[in-house]
Amino acid sequence: MATSFSATLPLHGSQENRLLLPPIRLAPPPSSFLGFTRSLTIPSSRRLYHAHAARRSPVVGVQEVVKEKKVTNSLLITKEEGLVLYEDMILGRSFEDMCAQMYYRGKMFGFVHLYNGQEAVSTGFIKLLTQSDSVVSTYRDHVHALSKGVSARAVMSELFGKVTGCCRGQGGSMHMFSKEHNMLGGFAFIGEGIPVATGAAFTSKYKREVLKQDCEDVTVAFFGDGTCNNGQFYECLNMAALYKLPIIFVVENNLWAIGMSHLRSTSDPEIWKKGPAFGMPGVHVDGMDVLKVREVAKEAVTRARRGEGPTLVECETYRFRGHSLADPDELRDAAEKAKYAARDPITALKKYLVENKLASEGELKTIEKKIDELVEEAVEFADASPQPGRSQLLENVFADPKGFGIGPDGRYRCEDPKFTQGTAQV
Amino acid sequence: MWGILRRSAVDGGGFSASSLRRTRFSLVSARSYAAGSKEMTVRDALNSAIDEEMSADPKVFVMGEEVGQYQGAYKITKGLLEKYGPERVYDTPITEAGFTGIGVGAAYAGLKPVVEFMTFNFSMQAIDHIINSAAKSNYMSAGQINVPIVFRGPNGAAAGVGAQHSQCYAAWYASVPGLKVLAPYSAEDARGLLKAAIRDPDPVVFLENELLYGESFPISEEALDSSFCLPIGKAKIEREGKDVTITTFSKMVGFALKAAEKLAEEGISAEVINLRSIRPLDRATINASVRKTSRLVTVEEGFPQHGVCAEICASVVEESFSYLDAPVERIAGADVPMPYAANLERLALPQVEDIVRAAKRACYRSK
Repeated sequence: MATSFSATLPLHGSQENRLLLPPIRLAPPPSSFLGFTRSLTIPSSRRLYHAHAARRSPVVGVQEVVKEKKVTNSLLITKEEGLVLYEDMILGRSFEDMCAQMYYRGKMFGFVHLYNGQEAVSTGFIKLLTQSDSVVSTYRDHVHALSKGVSARAVMSELFGKVTGCCRGQGGSMHMFSKEHNMLGGFAFIGEGIPVATGAAFTSKYKREVLKQDCEDVTVAFFGDGTCNNGQFYECLNMAALYKLPIIFVVENNLWAIGMSHLRSTSDPEIWKKGPAFGMPGVHVDGMDVLKVREVAKEAVTRARRGEGPTLVECETYRFRGHSLADPDELRDAAEKAKYAARDPITALKKYLVENKLASEGELKTIEKKIDELVEEAVEFADASPQPGRSQLLENVFADPKGFGIGPDGRYRCEDPKFTQGTAQV
Repeated sequence: MWGILRRSAVDGGGFSASSLRRTRFSLVSARSYAAGSKEMTVRDALNSAIDEEMSADPKVFVMGEEVGQYQGAYKITKGLLEKYGPERVYDTPITEAGFTGIGVGAAYAGLKPVVEFMTFNFSMQAIDHIINSAAKSNYMSAGQINVPIVFRGPNGAAAGVGAQHSQCYAAWYASVPGLKVLAPYSAEDARGLLKAAIRDPDPVVFLENELLYGESFPISEEALDSSFCLPIGKAKIEREGKDVTITTFSKMVGFALKAAEKLAEEGISAEVINLRSIRPLDRATINASVRKTSRLVTVEEGFPQHGVCAEICASVVEESFSYLDAPVERIAGADVPMPYAANLERLALPQVEDIVRAAKRACYRSK
């Protein structure tokens, strides 16, 4: 008796859905596609984003893609939600700007990868998650950690290498872990986080089905366009769809992998298409607009929580700064940068809130000021914190204090005083 | 409770009916020390260890290629699919990096995966996850995220499988802080160490040996008990002696014991240490033994440069230099990728005669 977790997917189901897909690709959508009326002509681009008929209407179903945003007069968010989103994005931006300052002053060192310009993706997805949902990221992880709930103080101290950091100074910029907030890293190798995220989603499903616990946790994996050419990405798309895992694969397509343009390195640059190839919906969304990202995220997260499986979401976004603070960023065209700077997600949200009378300029200014103070306080806290003690060097290598393992009574062997004396008996 | 067993096979003793539980033992043995004691193949020992740990803790699950319907590429996981169902025994696609990463992610989130590599050669496709996401995580997260995962599979040379299927990875994994690396020899080692590994809160690389799977060893009552487990980081002195110390692990322990018997005929009493745990390495036992005998021969199957033997030699030279009466002898596999031809393969691996010769060299050199 196969459980829903069995490896053999009903092939008929996926066959049916595959039939739905070619028409999507062949027929360009009508131009009344709300919110997507943009003629994106980036000078060096040959992408045809207007042909993205990834959004069809109206749909609900296992392999179906996200439903089209309804043309209504109702607003997408309430005031409270709007302010939460705004605050989160401002926090991300201020924090990253402060990181740049601190780096050039020598307080921060090593590799630092900033997230400026991509805040809509992090805020759009993570603000929909609960504390027990997991997030897995790459080395560009400061803002993911902040959105997930790790305090600015803890992140800043970690960046300064102080003992009060979220990983006691042992992780660094690229390895933000927080068990409390289920931030599962922070990985330096691209693609490394994707299987780990798939494993966390696997655990959710295992807890529900084998351990019979009430577990609706989803996992969101963030990674970039360069990662989409890496083998592990495809291995995990396959297994996530095969086992119907509650995971959302979020591609932060900022078009550049250090200095390698996405178009130069990818045979088919439309990443969302790779989802349906593995049997999951693939969605493309404007990653510079937090409200659109949030709509897509809502659908993807609900799908995952309902047990319908993974979704691949490609967010078209842009990083305003270089790959890292050591990157001179010479290869990117100034016109391209200007074009995206004009689509700054924070400015866009501000405009939306003010125009739709959800918040006044004053309220938004108050938030900005509050965040400025928070970030400055985080810097002061990090500055004042001590560096890790020398004895900390050898700590935390194993969870097991002395490495001798667990005995038959379930306790660590090294706790038994007779054990550590002498050598093995014949 | 002492997890360290005496070599109770020699003592024999009766066996009680209660220990006949789930164990299948072979009456035909390659080696039996005493009539009346039970024997078990390494394969059955591993199978029973995984079985018992899975039934004791529902968070333990098995994942790997061919572990389910095929009953295990080497039949180690035989019967587990029927017993525990497809939710706990996963046949994965051929995606080492993917499923190893999934195992690591599941361990991050609190489960206890036992990931099987068909051979450890294939683990190279997943080594990024073993080292970067499993071994280093407890450290990088400052103790917040531990990874209770076991990576197991056959390691080292088999018979005639060629260069890409015969490498020994003990030295590679044992050089990484954050991993525990175990290499069992006998059935009791296999059972005790695998149970300890599955219960362990840290990532464990469990290096088995394909040629040992079918060998039977005597096994004691205590080892058959379901709560039995061996300590990690402690070596076992398989045979006591006073003239020369031979340290080794895995299949080479058998060769060393045979060499010790040959040496005994010539009046050299060799002490054979079965390392069991490559990381943490039991330097205390090795050094104590060398201080007793003053001579050391280290044996391993893997490549010589930067091998386990090199580490043991360095450790002994650092800690027991003044006790040494002869230079340390290092026997390792030949410094070539494993050839295919049977005679060349035999030349490329240490044989009993090599160990005997090295021990004699160590013993006569001071004269």
